[in-house]
Amino acid sequence: MAIPSFLKTLLLGLLLALPLSAAHADDAQLREILSGFAQARNFNDVEKVIEALGKTGDSNAAPALRALSDGSLQVRAEDKSVVIVTRRGGREVMVDPLTDEIIAPTEGVSLDKIKIKNSIRRMINDALSGLTLRAENPNVRISAANTIFQNADESQLEAIESAIADEKNASVKARMEQARAAIVLKSSSDEKARIDAVDTIVSRGDRDALALLNGYVGQTEGALRQRIEAGIGSIQDVQAFWNMGQNVWYGISLGSVLFLAAIGLAITFGVMGVINMAHGEMVMLGAYTTFVVQQIMRDYAPDALDYSLAIALPAAFLVAGLAGLIIERGIIRFLYGRPLETLLATWGVSLILQQAVRTIFGPTNREVSNPSWMSGAFELGQLSITWNRMWIVVFAIGVFVVLLLVINRTRLGLFMRAVTQNRRMASAMGIRTPWVDALTFALGSGIAGIAGVALSQIDNVSPNLGQGYIIDSFMVVVFGGVGNLWGTLVGGLTLGIANKFLEPFAGAVFGKILVLIFIILFIQRRPRGLFAMRGRAVEQ
Amino acid sequence: MILARFFAGGFRSPLVIAGMLIILALAVLVPVLNMAVPAGSPFHMPDYLVPLIGKYLCYALLALALDLVWGFCGILSLGHAAFFALGGYAMGMYLMRQIGTRGVYGNPLLPDFMVFLNWKELPWYWFGFDNFAFAMLMVVLVPGLLALVFGWFAFRSRVTGVYLSIITQAMTFALMLAFFRNEMGFGGNNGLTDFKDIVGFDIAAQSTRIGLFVISAAALIIGLIITSAVINSKYGKILAAVRDAESRTRFLGYRPENIKLIAFVLSAVVAGIAGALYVPQVGIINPGEFEPANSIEVVVWTAVGGRGTLVGPIAGAFLVNAGKSWFTGVLPEYWLFALGGLFIFVTLFMPKGIMGLLGLARRRRPSPVDEMSSDARADIATNPAEQEQ
Repeated sequence: MAIPSFLKTLLLGLLLALPLSAAHADDAQLREILSGFAQARNFNDVEKVIEALGKTGDSNAAPALRALSDGSLQVRAEDKSVVIVTRRGGREVMVDPLTDEIIAPTEGVSLDKIKIKNSIRRMINDALSGLTLRAENPNVRISAANTIFQNADESQLEAIESAIADEKNASVKARMEQARAAIVLKSSSDEKARIDAVDTIVSRGDRDALALLNGYVGQTEGALRQRIEAGIGSIQDVQAFWNMGQNVWYGISLGSVLFLAAIGLAITFGVMGVINMAHGEMVMLGAYTTFVVQQIMRDYAPDALDYSLAIALPAAFLVAGLAGLIIERGIIRFLYGRPLETLLATWGVSLILQQAVRTIFGPTNREVSNPSWMSGAFELGQLSITWNRMWIVVFAIGVFVVLLLVINRTRLGLFMRAVTQNRRMASAMGIRTPWVDALTFALGSGIAGIAGVALSQIDNVSPNLGQGYIIDSFMVVVFGGVGNLWGTLVGGLTLGIANKFLEPFAGAVFGKILVLIFIILFIQRRPRGLFAMRGRAVEQ
Repeated sequence: MILARFFAGGFRSPLVIAGMLIILALAVLVPVLNMAVPAGSPFHMPDYLVPLIGKYLCYALLALALDLVWGFCGILSLGHAAFFALGGYAMGMYLMRQIGTRGVYGNPLLPDFMVFLNWKELPWYWFGFDNFAFAMLMVVLVPGLLALVFGWFAFRSRVTGVYLSIITQAMTFALMLAFFRNEMGFGGNNGLTDFKDIVGFDIAAQSTRIGLFVISAAALIIGLIITSAVINSKYGKILAAVRDAESRTRFLGYRPENIKLIAFVLSAVVAGIAGALYVPQVGIINPGEFEPANSIEVVVWTAVGGRGTLVGPIAGAFLVNAGKSWFTGVLPEYWLFALGGLFIFVTLFMPKGIMGLLGLARRRRPSPVDEMSSDARADIATNPAEQEQ
């Protein structure tokens, strides 16, 4: 009984120890190879050392190679040891190239830089990508494979083939196989293998693959050339598809911005029949609220700056909503039944708000920072999607759902729908219409405020922020129709996507003009918009 | 005979006659004070004031044009600056062609900006603009045609009220974007400027400026006579009927869309003429003139003076612009506060404008909307068909 369990332990121990001891052995071996830099007399010697390092396939050697490439790998004169010179904690220090431990400050130490030239730098890059093929982080492995794909250096063939054999991650493996195919296509003499390679490259389907294949069209002939040409065609199809996807995404992104800017307007227009020309300024107020909230948090809670938007959202809703309430109670309620006068009065309000903000915050753009989770981008297939656009789309959907619930499930929503459909009848049933008007206006303005929070993330926060969106918002409302949230959603998305699809061949400005002309024509067919309200109240 | 009776209608209102006399006095007084009174005298009018007041005259003509559609037809156009600017561009193109070889690049055919853009030949739509008569025809034709097409589409499909206001605003916005483009061939951002002379007269000379001033005053007087004649004609009465109760007028057998279209086109033509007179006096026309904000400012001039009064908008244009000149000189920061406040104040407290305050606005028969309770009015607000009374 004792022996088998002992054996088991031993076996387990061996299994665990194997890679460990191998790594340790490698470390010593690496140190040995690295010390070759100290002995190197000319570029040839340096190249040999790099080659040797590359052959080890140990990613621990990568930092040393990187340091060599940027000139910070140096030799300490007194004991001929190889170190990396870098800055840590404000002073220049020597660091062990393998363990990354600080050895000593550089003060008073005489150091010799290991000299390299451009051809060596290229060699280093190749060696590095060979090493990084085995890095733990799959993203590093993918980028290493991509580097090999672009360089297609024959000397890397072995490294990549062994990496493919060990690779477990399917998507990384695919990348590596494409890299291998690029090398094969470049250097193999076997026609069949090259044709297979072309197929593998075509499966990649991106611009790099297209560029690579385009380079071979002129150099090849026969079946291979046909295959390459067919491959280019199919990649171009894929590219066209992704381009369309890109346009759709940009369109959705623009559409959700338009939707956010327009939805408050649509609600107030639907319920009260008045156009609020100061709506854009409510958006601007929201953006400036975000700025102020961030300013305050910078002073009092700099660590929580990433969460500033969570505070800015309710703050902007309150600020803009309150402003809306004041405008409604102070001006608009005296003008009911005179929608054109309301339009003029609210235009006056917008001028005053713009100038007030310009006086308080100055005429220049104010900087609103993106929280860390909103900066950067991610790849979806061949689409590069920035996080801030992504979050704004998500946010627009959230606002839409919440509003849908408010309109359809709350008492206020019920009153709003009733007043929209038939004001006098609603009043006769005991709904206090002035109260509904005031709350609707506050709600619409508040939503404009939170739209401003979103816009502050992608646009300049300046006193003119609102002006840039007001006409587009009107167009969305006119196109989508009032009294129905879906109309605004469909209107915003349609106009956004139409804009982006027209842009490539009509230009940004002309595309916009075309959209405006289209709306002017559209309104001829359906004067009440896409989702016109039905009912006696709106019949002529 | 018919025409004489039509124009006689223009002189029916004592208020309009008073307005004409005041403008006439201005047209005589300003040149006299500027040219005949010696520079040392306290009554001398400085040179710079002449084109300034001339500019106000053009604005007044524009406000008059807007009043015709807003005050008498109930169409609140937020795009009248577009017609004004188109008239201005037509004049600007003529003035551009007059520069000839005196431009920076000295090209006899192409204006400077086209040489700068490396254009080799004149675009087709620039042909004929070296001819003054043709250019003047375009001043009338281009805004008129745009109004005809736009209005025909809009009125036929019964776009009314705020919807109409919004799409007129979209129209001027689209035109602004278009004219900002260099490829359009209208000078892009910078517009048309550096004019040298107009029908042979040096555009910078004081005598030319006086001449332009007198012509502007004359245009305003003629505009006043024509609009007043239109208002007092049978057509003017139907126009008012369309304004007050469009559906009812339709049921009586009239075609409101055609009636509105006539007023809209006439108004656009008058606005275009105002723009054409404006450009040589200020010496530049650029796409900024198309800005939606400009159109809305015209509305406030009209509202301040009193819409539906003909004379009111002229007074409003003068007062607001004089205020603007003064404000932007003394307190530039506060001009927008003042203008915004004016918008609110006028709509809330002076619905009939200055003319209403002075008790000069003609009392209209109360329309059915006026007699309703406030809640009923609000009900109509949800019904765009009857939005504007």
